[in-house]
Amino acid sequence: MAEPARALDAPLLEAEGVTFAYGRTPVLEGVDLSIRPGEFVALVGPNGSGKSTLLRVLLGSLPPAAGRVRLFGEVPDRILDRGRLGYVPQRPGLASEVPATVAEIVATGRLTRRGWWRPLRPVDREAVGHALTSVGLEGMADRPVNQLSGGQQQRAFIARAFASEPSLLVLDEPIAGVDAESQHRFRDALVHLVEEHGGAVLLVSHELSAVASDLDRVIVLKRRVLFDGPPSRLTDEGVSLGVHREDLPLWLEGLR
Amino acid sequence: MIGLALPYPLDLAFMQRALIASLAVGVFAPMIGTYLVQKRMSLIGDGIGHIAFAGVGAGLLAGGTPWPVWSALVFAIVGALGVEWLRAKRKASGDLALALFFYSGIAAGVVFVSMGGGLDARVLVYLFGQPLTVNTHDVEVIVALGIGIVAVMLGFRRLLFSVVTDEEWSRVAGLPVAFANTVLAVVTACAVVAAMQVVGILLVAAMMVLPVASGQLIARSFGGTMRWAVAISVASVIAGLAASWIWELATGGTIVLIAAGAFALVAVVKRGVAPRLPLPVDDPAEQETR
Repeated sequence: MAEPARALDAPLLEAEGVTFAYGRTPVLEGVDLSIRPGEFVALVGPNGSGKSTLLRVLLGSLPPAAGRVRLFGEVPDRILDRGRLGYVPQRPGLASEVPATVAEIVATGRLTRRGWWRPLRPVDREAVGHALTSVGLEGMADRPVNQLSGGQQQRAFIARAFASEPSLLVLDEPIAGVDAESQHRFRDALVHLVEEHGGAVLLVSHELSAVASDLDRVIVLKRRVLFDGPPSRLTDEGVSLGVHREDLPLWLEGLR
Repeated sequence: MIGLALPYPLDLAFMQRALIASLAVGVFAPMIGTYLVQKRMSLIGDGIGHIAFAGVGAGLLAGGTPWPVWSALVFAIVGALGVEWLRAKRKASGDLALALFFYSGIAAGVVFVSMGGGLDARVLVYLFGQPLTVNTHDVEVIVALGIGIVAVMLGFRRLLFSVVTDEEWSRVAGLPVAFANTVLAVVTACAVVAAMQVVGILLVAAMMVLPVASGQLIARSFGGTMRWAVAISVASVIAGLAASWIWELATGGTIVLIAAGAFALVAVVKRGVAPRLPLPVDDPAEQETR
C-alpha cells in the first residue's frame, strides 16, 4: 500500500542541481527545488536573479547545462499530457489585430486537455464557464479581451490556464500592475485550485501581499536557492510578506 | 451552367462560371485572411503571389495550359514553407523573410516569362485576373481547392486560432505550433493559386485582408470577424463582377476596389456611431480602477 501513496505524493515538478549559463555568464547554479500536489509555492528573487531562466528550464523551453528537471516525472519537453500544466505568461504575446472574446481565449485552454482536433463538448463549455466564474469574469464571456482592463485581461489568462483543469499551475509575475480588486479575485482563484482540486501552484512574483497568508513555501532565488521554507521562517528573519508589503522587494534588493 | 434564372448579366454561361469561381475565392480568401491578419502577416499573400508568378512563368515555359496553375502551386507551397521556416527559426524577421522570397520570386518570374517569349495576354490573366475567361476545368480546380481550403480551415480552426493569437502560450501548452504554422502556410499557398485567375497575383492578398479589415471593425469576436469578412467579401465579389461587366472594367480590380470601398464605408459609419455608444464597462469594481 505504501507504493501508490508515494506515487500520489510524487513531486509534480522537480529540479536537481540545475545549472545554466548564457555564454560565460552563469545564471543558475545547482538549483534544487520540488513541488508536490497541493502545495502553494512562491518563487521570488531580485531582478536578474535567474527566475525567468529557471522557469524556462523548468517548462522545457531551455535545456539545463547540467542537472536534471522532471515535470510530472518526465523530461519536460517529452511530456505528452501537457494539459496537466497550466501556464500564465508574464506579458502574454496576445495578438489583437482581430478581436477575440474572453470565451474564445479561455476555450483554447481546453485544447490541451481534450486534443485540439476534437470539437468542444458540453463538458468543455462547462469547464470554460467554471474557469470564468473562478476568476470572477462570468459576466464577460462575450466581451473582446482587448477592451478589458489590465487586471481583467490577466484574470482571463488565468482562466485559460484553469480551463485545462491543471494539476500544476505556473504563473510568471501575474499580478504586476494589477488593481486591488483583481488581486483579491486572483488570490481566491489560486486558493480554490489548491484547496478544492488539490492542484499545486508555482507563483513567480514580487508582490506576495495578496497571497502571503496562503503560501506553503517561499523559494528565494539569486542564481542559487538562498531560502526554501515556510513564510513564517522568512518572518523570523525579519522579512514580512504581508503587512508591510514593501519589505520583500526591499529585502530582495539587498540580496543583489 | 447553373440552370437558374439569374438576372442579367449573371444569366450568361461565362458569367456563371466567373460567378462560381469568384464566389469560391470570396469565401475562402477572407477565412484564411482572418488568421493571417491576427498573425500580423497580412502581406504574406502578396509575397506568395510573387513566388507563384515564378511558377506561372515556369509553367508557360513548359508548354502552357494547364501547366501554369500546377507549377504555380508547387512554387507557392515551397515558397510559403520557406518563408515560414525563416520566420520560425528567426533566421530573418517575418518581414525580411517575406522580402527575400518576394523579390526572388518576381525576378525569376520575369526571367522565365522573357525566356518564353515575353509578356502576352496569357501572362496578364495571371497577373491581373480575369474570371470572365475561366473555362469549366479552371472552375473545377478553383472549387476543388476552395473546398479543401474551407475544410482545413474549419477542421483546424481551434488550433489555428490559439497559435495565431498567442504563439508563445500555445508552445508552452504543448500544442503543435510548427504543424499549425505549416498547415496555414500550405493553405495560403493553395488559396493564392486558386484565386490567381480571379483577382490576379497582384491583388490576391487584397481579398485575404481587406474584408477582414472591415470585419474586425464590426465584430467583437474572432468568429464574428471571420463571418463578417466572408459576407463582405462575397458581396464585393458579386457587385464587382456585375459592375465590371456593365461598365467594362477590369474585373479583379473592380472587386478589390469595392472591398476597399466597403472598408471605407464601415470605418466612416463606425466613427460616426462609436462615440455615441457608452464605454463597454459593466463591472462596477473595474470602473473605479480605470
